[in-house]
Amino acid sequence: MHPAPSVIIFTVLSGIGFAMLALLGIGQPEVNGFEAIPYYFVGITLAVIGLLASVFHLKNPKNAIKAFSQFRSSWLSREGVFAVISLVQSTFVLAIKVVFGFHPLLSGGVSLIICSFTIFTTAMIYTQLKTVPRWNQWLTPFVFFLSSYTGAAIILGQVLLGFLLLLMLTVVQIAYWIIGDRAFSKRGHTIETATGLGRLGKAREFEPPHTGQNYLLNEMVYVVGRKHSIKLRTIGMLFLVGLPLPILWFFNVSFAMVVSVFCLHLVGLFICRWLFFAEAEHVVGLYYDKR
Amino acid sequence: MAQPDLDTSPAVSDDVKKTTCYMCACRCGINVHLKDGKVSYIEGNRDHPINKGVLCAKGSAGIMQHYSPARLNAPMKRVGPRGTSQFEEISWDEAFDIAKSWLAPIRKTDPRKLAFFTGRDQSQSLTSWWAQQFGTPNYAAHGGFCSVNMAAAGIYTMGGAFWEFGSPDWERTKLFMIFGVAEDHDSNPIKTGLSRLKERGAKIVGVNPVRTGYNAIADEWVPITPGTDGLFILALVHELLKGGQIDVDYLLRYTNAGFLVNDNPKSKDHGLFLRGKSGKPQIIDRRSGKPVDFDAQGVTADPTKTQRIKGVEYKSVLQLLASKYLSKDYAPETVADQCGLTVEQIKRIAAELAKTAFEEEITIHQKWTDWKGIKHDKMIGRPVSFHAMRGISAHSNGFQTCRALHILQILLGSVEVPGGFRFKPPYPKPYDIHPKPHATSAAETALAGPHLGFPHGPEDLMIDGDTARRIDKAFTWENPLSAHGLMHMVISNAHAGDPYKIDTLFMYMANMSWNSSMNSRGVMDMLTDQNENGDYVIPHIIYSDAYSSEMVAYADLILPDTTYLERHDCVSLLDRPICEPEAMADSIRWPVVEPDRDVRGFQSALIQLGTHLELPGFLNEDGSAKYEDYADYIVNHERRPGVGPLTGFRGKDGSKTGRGEPNPDQLQAYIDNGGFFLDHIPKSAQFYKPWNQEYQNWAVERGIFDKPAPYLFNLYLEPLQKFRLAAEGKYDPQPPEQYRDRIKMAFDPLPIWYEPFEQTLVDQDTYPLHAITQRPAAMYHSWGSQNAWLRQIHGRNPLYVSGDICDQHGLNDGDWATLTSHHGEITVPVVRMNALNPKTVWTWNAIGKRKGAWALDENAPEATKGFLLNHLIHELLPPKGDGLRWSNSDPITGQAAWYDLRVRIAKAEDQTQSQPEFGPINEPAE
Amino acid sequence: MTSLPNSTDKKLGLVIDLDICVGCHACVVNCKEWNTSGYGAELSDQDPYGDAPMGTFLNRVHTYEVQPDVGPAQIVHFPKSCLHCEDAPCVTVCPTGASYKRAEDGIVLVNEDDCMGCGLCAWACPYGAREMDLAAGVMKKCTLCVDRIYNENIPEEDREPACVKTCPANARHFGDFADPDSAVSKMTAERDGMELMPEQGTKPVNRYLPPREKQNEVDILAPFLKPVANSPKGFLGWLDKTLDRI
Ligand SMILES: Nc1nc2c(c(=O)[nH]1)N[C@H]1C(S)=C(S)[C@@H](COP(=O)(O)OP(=O)(O)OC[C@H]3O[C@@H](n4cnc5c(=O)[nH]c(N)nc54)[C@H](O)[C@@H]3O)O[C@H]1N2
Ligand SMILES: Nc1nc2c(c(=O)[nH]1)N[C@H]1C(S)=C(S)[C@@H](COP(=O)(O)OP(=O)(O)OC[C@H]3O[C@@H](n4cnc5c(=O)[nH]c(N)nc54)[C@H](O)[C@@H]3O)O[C@H]1N2
Ligand code: SF4
Ligand code: SF4
Ligand code: SF4
Ligand code: SF4
Ligand code: SF4
Ligand SMILES: [Mo]
Repeated sequence: MHPAPSVIIFTVLSGIGFAMLALLGIGQPEVNGFEAIPYYFVGITLAVIGLLASVFHLKNPKNAIKAFSQFRSSWLSREGVFAVISLVQSTFVLAIKVVFGFHPLLSGGVSLIICSFTIFTTAMIYTQLKTVPRWNQWLTPFVFFLSSYTGAAIILGQVLLGFLLLLMLTVVQIAYWIIGDRAFSKRGHTIETATGLGRLGKAREFEPPHTGQNYLLNEMVYVVGRKHSIKLRTIGMLFLVGLPLPILWFFNVSFAMVVSVFCLHLVGLFICRWLFFAEAEHVVGLYYDKR
Repeated sequence: MAQPDLDTSPAVSDDVKKTTCYMCACRCGINVHLKDGKVSYIEGNRDHPINKGVLCAKGSAGIMQHYSPARLNAPMKRVGPRGTSQFEEISWDEAFDIAKSWLAPIRKTDPRKLAFFTGRDQSQSLTSWWAQQFGTPNYAAHGGFCSVNMAAAGIYTMGGAFWEFGSPDWERTKLFMIFGVAEDHDSNPIKTGLSRLKERGAKIVGVNPVRTGYNAIADEWVPITPGTDGLFILALVHELLKGGQIDVDYLLRYTNAGFLVNDNPKSKDHGLFLRGKSGKPQIIDRRSGKPVDFDAQGVTADPTKTQRIKGVEYKSVLQLLASKYLSKDYAPETVADQCGLTVEQIKRIAAELAKTAFEEEITIHQKWTDWKGIKHDKMIGRPVSFHAMRGISAHSNGFQTCRALHILQILLGSVEVPGGFRFKPPYPKPYDIHPKPHATSAAETALAGPHLGFPHGPEDLMIDGDTARRIDKAFTWENPLSAHGLMHMVISNAHAGDPYKIDTLFMYMANMSWNSSMNSRGVMDMLTDQNENGDYVIPHIIYSDAYSSEMVAYADLILPDTTYLERHDCVSLLDRPICEPEAMADSIRWPVVEPDRDVRGFQSALIQLGTHLELPGFLNEDGSAKYEDYADYIVNHERRPGVGPLTGFRGKDGSKTGRGEPNPDQLQAYIDNGGFFLDHIPKSAQFYKPWNQEYQNWAVERGIFDKPAPYLFNLYLEPLQKFRLAAEGKYDPQPPEQYRDRIKMAFDPLPIWYEPFEQTLVDQDTYPLHAITQRPAAMYHSWGSQNAWLRQIHGRNPLYVSGDICDQHGLNDGDWATLTSHHGEITVPVVRMNALNPKTVWTWNAIGKRKGAWALDENAPEATKGFLLNHLIHELLPPKGDGLRWSNSDPITGQAAWYDLRVRIAKAEDQTQSQPEFGPINEPAE
Repeated sequence: MTSLPNSTDKKLGLVIDLDICVGCHACVVNCKEWNTSGYGAELSDQDPYGDAPMGTFLNRVHTYEVQPDVGPAQIVHFPKSCLHCEDAPCVTVCPTGASYKRAEDGIVLVNEDDCMGCGLCAWACPYGAREMDLAAGVMKKCTLCVDRIYNENIPEEDREPACVKTCPANARHFGDFADPDSAVSKMTAERDGMELMPEQGTKPVNRYLPPREKQNEVDILAPFLKPVANSPKGFLGWLDKTLDRI
């Protein structure tokens, strides 16, 4: 799939943003009064930047508002709806903290639930797609969860939590790749099933339907990324966890350090999210005999 | 949320106008929809005989052609050096003045100095008549490089050809063999026909080195090696004769099978027919056992007997034919390897042909009367039919190969019978009622008759002593039966001044500096070459095109044509009509939209030029213009009294068909009738047309010919033997020494196979491969690439290489390879193809474009990745060391031998630009 | 409305006969031609005369080479447009409700007034049947010529999809698969019409008729002709006998 910057920024930043709001909701860390504002500000800003980025992905944004209408059936619609609810609800929690200077346990807990669900809906936009076997597996939501919460924990200076999440993320990310690499062939999709010509023999494309490019090839038959995937995976993991882990272990928590670890982690996350798209193969590629 | 309510009955358009498509030469009927004056949708006309409502990709892309940015705007004169496409727009008056200043002096002194040749011309009856009135012998359309072998072999053998002049009986045939066809002119009808065959469960056999298109859907594929079809066909004949599977009754009734032939090699009449006092060929009458006129009442031939007269033995054609083809030389075992086929496949196909023809015979209970007045109460059909096109004709052995195929059809009794191959009016028409060629010119006089025709023997050649009368050397010893001329030799001969120099080259609708020429670079050089005093070797070039083609850059004067939706045209019975085996039909084009540029329909411009030149036939007594424009000509021109360009709605009140005085409202009548006219042939006249009295009389009534012309098919083609005798010194005139052996070899009156010339002159180990092209269904030669929709489908053309060759040379899809012929070298991208004859490479024709042409970006894929095979093909054969220029053509008709090309392949470095690359020509366009 | 109808009264769709499709692209271009002046925004082209032309098409013809176990390789032309799936994932993923499947005839459409051009439906389609129009910014797909098949402004016999009408080889057939007696249902039954990528569970309505079996060069069972004559002489003998029979 085409790794469009808009969707990469969207999934990464809004993920971390909502995860931050969730953690703040359950008092990790507990910040009250005016002290809460900068924390929430960062969370909300990341979430909003992410959401705005996703709008850039739209070819006809003037109808974006209609995206709230189909929450009954569409994960993308649900994502929109819950993103808004999460933002409003978290702002409400923030208001309580600022105005009354205490941490509202109940509505804070609610933040955790709806923000998590928002992250889940984002994940489901991709997980639901049978046409992209690599995404269409149970680990995808966990990848989204863990990557969002890890980033959030680090930037919020939750060293221990961050450390544990980094370990889990390592496991899940690697598992996701191992399973993902097999997903396509395991589904049994081949040019023969795509064309039904298997009954005649072994098929290959002889002539494409058009000698130029088209929307499908640009959007869904992105072969460039796959070539370098091993290299990129290694670099990605190095930044995502390889560097953050030891730093968190050996050094004491200073603000500067938290920020630098977060930045390293974020770089890793962008690389892995880029791979998430670039490595994903859409079954339509079979019709073009491109895999 | 409810489902949106949707208007399922939107208005389609404001207006629909019915005319004829010209995105190719198939001439389908189209309904052109207009929305606020602009063309909005084009669909097939359901009532039209050719396409019955369907429309191909090209036709459906007509809008984009009509609004193409490459359209020319106004007449232009060259202001820079030739080939640099520096032009200045001028008025039509100035254009005519310039043309007149070149042509009038020529006509006064030596009309031969004008050479007028036309390409995709559908108005040959006008263009040839114009040239005839001008008085130049140098006229032809493009048939010489197209498929004259097919046309000439068909007409000489059976009085009609495949091409679009006949068709298989799609509704009845049970076994159909298609040789060397990718698209053909009958683009839509062939597809529709094949689909009917499939519906009816008939079997389709595709004979083609490449298994695409029609051959892909064929039930059986014969992966023949290029140039060997003649062998394959004659091996089928061998099998049929050996198995006694021929239609003897048909042969004796309808062919010259029974004619007696002089079988004494020493005799000066060797190989000629025995003729009686009447001058008519003789047969041996079965009852009397005596020689009689072949057409005497109540006689049937006995082909088994021989006749001795004055020590000369005479044998029947059928005897000669049998002894020739029963020989081992034509046994499947002998030919299979050379053809790249298996013995089994050849034998099985022969058996299937016989079984279908004779065991699955069909009968129509329909009374009819033959030319001798004998009444028959049924029509017997042999449901096997054949079609073929350039795959067998575009070779130097093409004429004989096409003849061989016709002989096969005839031996099976499957021509003009139910289930077989059927002619479309104005065919059948035997070669000897066609005109003979005319080429004797004199100052200020019209030519005595039409340029092109069908010679009966050496006496009809267009030569003075040994020199050719025509610039293209048509009808000379080099290619005596060149019935369509040799357009591919014109530029080369004019440049060489051989046989003489010319002054003005006038061309119409032919992209001669690119895809329609062999050796395209050479042609560009000849067009721009200057003599010692700086004048162009070809002094003046006038060209009519509608778009910025590669050829525009090489003209001195451009006459810009309209698009096909902006002009009058007629698809006439005098030319290449749209008839069906069961009906006579013709059609028109008319301006469904008015031009928004200063352009004119070429035919109108030609008529106006004729008037400026005061050519005979173009002026009234009072000196005023006889025809204002083409529309006027279509309605009022009479070729023979009562016979004009259009056959429908003739007579003052439009009530007459075929013959009748001009009808001023004729064009409107056509428009009201959907743009065409159709007149059914009576049921009793729909088969056996050459020998069917009802048909012959109907045809005379309709003005197709002036008196009945029944005839017999020529299994044995006597005119060829006359050329042979001349070569043996037994017949006058006689050919110069250098032609004699070739004529003795090639002019066999019974079809033979010989090796295509190019491969006999190059080392086959150095050039082991055959290289050919195919037409893509969604492109028309060069002119489809300006089309925004079609070029997305075919924006570049790879070289398709057989799996074997790929493996030998380690070639993979996307690699580049260099292809080398005796003449040139190209470097191009390759793609593997397994469904391909192992000795063959091929590509789509005419996709490659010159940078800057057709109003396309200089880096258009057509110009960077696309390529032409033409750069490898030369118009002359490799030198034989005899110092002579032998054209790369069939020795009998002069048909360009495009598919004789031999090459070798080698893997090349990856490239970004296919080679050869030419500098850009930044062409004038809107 | 992106929830799929539980069932549709009709199941309109196409049968495509791979045995006769000659790959001429007539359906491709005529579809473009009809739809660019028809339903919704026109089908745009980008850089139409430039070095990288591309544009929106609702129907495309692929060409495959198939190598059977015995016999030479075959070429199969393969037209592909929307299959109007019963279980259309493209519809359920749509956040705006622009994508929908008509309850009356099962045609899957995009209501361009609602489409925000997110492209998710195209991602959800296994068959590449949806193309975003880059000029209009809305999703385009085969409409089954919904603006022809019921159109009172067109003659009765032309109320069929443009691609079906224009196909010179009659390789495309339009009809109602819900009706077991319809021509398309019968063809599908007789010729074992195929679903594409059944494993995707989309339940396509369109069906493909597989190419019929080809005759191979070698066929040991095939009878050859029995010779009546091996020499010209023998042939004359045979000819003589034959003449007596005429
Ligand atoms: N779409 C479209 N239609 C066209 C045209 C076009 O440009 N585009 N051009 C029109 C014109 S001008 C013409 S003349 C006709 C030509 O109509 P076709 O004769 O169909 O045109 P070609 O593409 O030359 O087809 C030649 C075929 O013969 C095969 N072939 C080559 N060598 C041999 C051989 O030795 N033996 C056999 N058996 N086969 C061989 C090639 O593989 C190819 O399939 O088409 C007309 N129709
Ligand atoms: N390698 C190879 N070369 C071949 C062939 C092959 O099979 N292989 N085939 C040969 C054959 S059979 C043929 S017929 C030729 C065909 O080759 P051409 O006869 O050159 O046919 P086109 O390329 O269509 O070029 C016709 C010209 O007519 C112009 N034109 C189009 N419409 C109009 C119009 O309405 N009015 C006017 N005045 N001009 C118009 C076009 O712009 C173009 O410049 O190619 C030959 N060349
Ligand atoms: S075959 Fe196509 S291009 Fe040729 S006339 Fe017919 S519709 Fe037009
Ligand atoms: S129009 Fe018909 S034959 Fe041509 S590609 Fe389309 S389906 Fe195939
Ligand atoms: S083919 Fe694709 S676009 Fe059409 S209904 Fe099925 S999933 Fe949707
Ligand atoms: S592109 Fe349009 S139709 Fe497709 S999912 Fe997005 S909004 Fe719906
Ligand atoms: S049904 Fe209409 S929209 Fe669909 S492919 Fe055919 S022509 Fe195009
Ligand atoms: Mo041609």
